[in-house]
Amino acid sequence: MTSVETKRLVTIEVNGRRNTVAVEPRKLLVHLIREDLGLTGTHVGCDTSQCGACTVEIDGQAVKSCTVLAVMADGASITTIEGLAPGGKLHPVQAAFHEHHALQCGFCTPGMIMSVRQLLKDHPHPDEQEIRHGLAGNICRCTGYHNIVRAVQSLAVTEAQP
Amino acid sequence: MNKPTFAYIGQPLKRREDFKLLTGKGRYVDDIKLPGTLHMAVLRSPHAHAVINNIDVAAAKDAPGVRLVVSGKDLVGKIGPIVPNWVIPGTKVPYRPVVATDRVRFVGECVAVVVAESLAEGYDSVGLIDVGYEMLPAVVDEEAAVADGAPQLHDNVPGNVTTIFKIGGGDYQMAVGQADQVIRLRVVNNRLIPTCMETRSILASPEPDGTLTVYIGSQVPHMHRRWIAETTGIPEHLLRIIAPDIGGGFGAKMHLYPEDLLCPWLARELGVPVKWWESRSESHQSTSHGRAHTETIQVAFKNDGTILGIKVDTLGNVGAYLSNMASGGPTANTIPYGTGTYKIPSYQATSRVVVTNTVPVDAYRGYGRPEGAYIAERTIDAVARHLGLDQVEIRRKNFLQRTDFPYRPYGSASLVYDSGNYQGLMDKALAAFRYDERRKECETLRRDGIFRGIGVAAYTHMCGMAPSRRLALIGFDRGGWESARVSIDSSGRATVYSGSMSQGHGHITSLSQIAADVLQIPIENIDVVEGDTRQVQAGHGTFNSRSMAVGGSSLHVCAKRIVAKARKIAAGMLEVDETDISYAAGAFSVPGTDIAPVTFAKVARMAYTGHKLPDDVTPGLDETVFYDPTGMGSPSGVHLAYVEVDPETGIVDIIDYVAVDDVGTLINPRLAAGQIHGGVVQGIAQALYEEVSYDPDNGQLLTGSLLDYAVPRAEHVPNITSLFQETPSPTNPIGVKGIGESGSIAAPPCMVHAVLDALSPFGITQLDMPLTPPRIWAAVQAARDGGPR
Repeated sequence: MTSVETKRLVTIEVNGRRNTVAVEPRKLLVHLIREDLGLTGTHVGCDTSQCGACTVEIDGQAVKSCTVLAVMADGASITTIEGLAPGGKLHPVQAAFHEHHALQCGFCTPGMIMSVRQLLKDHPHPDEQEIRHGLAGNICRCTGYHNIVRAVQSLAVTEAQP
Repeated sequence: MNKPTFAYIGQPLKRREDFKLLTGKGRYVDDIKLPGTLHMAVLRSPHAHAVINNIDVAAAKDAPGVRLVVSGKDLVGKIGPIVPNWVIPGTKVPYRPVVATDRVRFVGECVAVVVAESLAEGYDSVGLIDVGYEMLPAVVDEEAAVADGAPQLHDNVPGNVTTIFKIGGGDYQMAVGQADQVIRLRVVNNRLIPTCMETRSILASPEPDGTLTVYIGSQVPHMHRRWIAETTGIPEHLLRIIAPDIGGGFGAKMHLYPEDLLCPWLARELGVPVKWWESRSESHQSTSHGRAHTETIQVAFKNDGTILGIKVDTLGNVGAYLSNMASGGPTANTIPYGTGTYKIPSYQATSRVVVTNTVPVDAYRGYGRPEGAYIAERTIDAVARHLGLDQVEIRRKNFLQRTDFPYRPYGSASLVYDSGNYQGLMDKALAAFRYDERRKECETLRRDGIFRGIGVAAYTHMCGMAPSRRLALIGFDRGGWESARVSIDSSGRATVYSGSMSQGHGHITSLSQIAADVLQIPIENIDVVEGDTRQVQAGHGTFNSRSMAVGGSSLHVCAKRIVAKARKIAAGMLEVDETDISYAAGAFSVPGTDIAPVTFAKVARMAYTGHKLPDDVTPGLDETVFYDPTGMGSPSGVHLAYVEVDPETGIVDIIDYVAVDDVGTLINPRLAAGQIHGGVVQGIAQALYEEVSYDPDNGQLLTGSLLDYAVPRAEHVPNITSLFQETPSPTNPIGVKGIGESGSIAAPPCMVHAVLDALSPFGITQLDMPLTPPRIWAAVQAARDGGPR
């Protein structure tokens, strides 16, 4: 058994709630989120930081949470997919995914949605090429991306209108 | 009838299952946490072929957090062996222990397992197991494996061939005699990794009542229950399989893997829950691969483009052991479809199933039908190129015509294409694609040194393997039926229990559409249950595009029984003859009278109080149906692709893609188009990007992670225009045919044809997938070195 002395205390705010967790130094942030905080909407789809299923927002920036050690996130403020629709009302990106059938198995969806939020922050009115390029860090195996692109385009159009 | 009826079939409803998945509340196996769970980690063979001399687990056992270390020898006589579920008659089945005992045959094969308090400690411990290997020569390629002197994998499989399967009709030699020309080609159907975004994961939990609950992302929960029972000795009725949300399946999550047996067995041994989670890199060497064929083709034809006969020899590489369906995929699923959508009277095909020192190969989206369609399509395209004929015209000339259905290709005794309208598909596809305009555009741009090309592909296949009796003839040890139960509660709301198993398909939505149409109640009043063998009576799950054709038909028939019984009850309540009753929109009425209608809800209530039931009606409103189809539906389609190839870099830019598919009656056009989009992109991926690579010298897997295996991103694929033509299938009561596999069948030949068309000015007539930039660039260089054209 890992002795508790080797663990480090990490304090992070997740979806507005402060947590202090003792973790092994080698533990990835995604595992802290999933295992210690029980927020299983953030998924692990690979082990080489290719798939983007674990994307969360750290201090307002979309990050693959498998690329961050939990101890590095000490003091950070994190938003996960569970933090987007707190009152049960879908966030506009979630609603657009539903409207345009931009998800099938749903496994990549949380990470994809977090990346779309970042994409729209960086490019409020992206063209199709910018959308496709902007989602290059997230793999979807079900939708062929077609309806994901449509969903993002619908948000881009909405943004453009006053 | 004045009352509006509920018509849900054909409506593009938004999915009812989305909310939980959008908000992070989906529940995949690894999301399920049970107190006291231990974690299993697997030591895998680093060698493709070796003898195991000794295994020293002492250090691993002493590592922190470790509860148990088990090697193959510890399991002998306790569980296993793993046996395939589809065994083509005459097949030699290699012995496959759950964990290797004295020899390993592929990189990734299980050698030992550790159970520890955390997965990290499990991985740490696995690293401490010391195995003494003695290397043996390995063979990874199917042609090399059948050559003289090739390393042999199994004593009972001489020459590395487990199965020889032949099919055909007519007289190929006579066709050759009548032909103006005969050409040959050799095509490779590249080995792929299905790549579900959720890797495999299993959690087995012993319950206080002596049962064992197994959470597994299974496409076939009831089959897994049977296989786990038969292989571990745990009585089947004590096993409860729960398949929760599944992050994609594509054929890879419907086989019996070693881990599916080890977790349940270890959980029973230790008396606590045991979980295994597959890392992505582990997945590349432990979850089944797909395709991996080499086909040698001869085709006899007239100079006007009429195809008279085709002869095919297939080598299907199935890896080191026969996985679940492996003897059937390259044989009964592949070569019967080698004549495609064309009327080719003489056909002679042989398939050999070959073992190699690679990961076992099994079903992947289409399983055999993509390979079969690739044979047909690459062949007719080669004839067109050889004769200088238009790709469209040669297809039109050889297509089956509408009046030919039902059609038995080459006089086959086992295959029947139930329906279709291929000329209609072609017309619709050409119009949507603006074919004539783009054909001219290609010609014009070529003069400016811009190389664009158009690809055409047509396909048909058969879905929903059935009837059960027929499956016996081909050694498939399961039925072709599906079960449905419709349970109406006392308020008139319905719960549907289906043996089908969604993995992202949206069955909650599509099955409730089917039920709502028959039951004539609002879709909101219908709940759908799948994926729990304690709740769902029986089933075969989801594969072979069977869920709507077989599962949906089963539900349709079952819901009709509900309405029939409700009608009898209503007749008693209304005191009329049941034949006088009309039912629509949730109300039983007597047309032409002023008798007040009685609602479905009131009838349901009566069914459960039983206060006023006709003498021949039992209480309750709950029916179960086992539906065994009499035939199979044949989806078809025509796809067109428009590409531009840069001969200086070899990069292919996909400008447009049009898919016109005939999958019979559409249950939900929105979900249907989604299936096409996803399937087409997996097909484009096969054609342009993905390939499993092995080192031919030592059998090392070179595409061992997503760093090396090129799954496409959004920027690598185009927009897809998905259109449909609806020719209802006469083989089932809904008229549905099956859609899941269409895209991955049509897209590979379509894309290859487009690239070959673009490269035609260079005289390049054949390239094998994937058409990566280096491969195209090298072909262009070789053509240029061969002199200007």
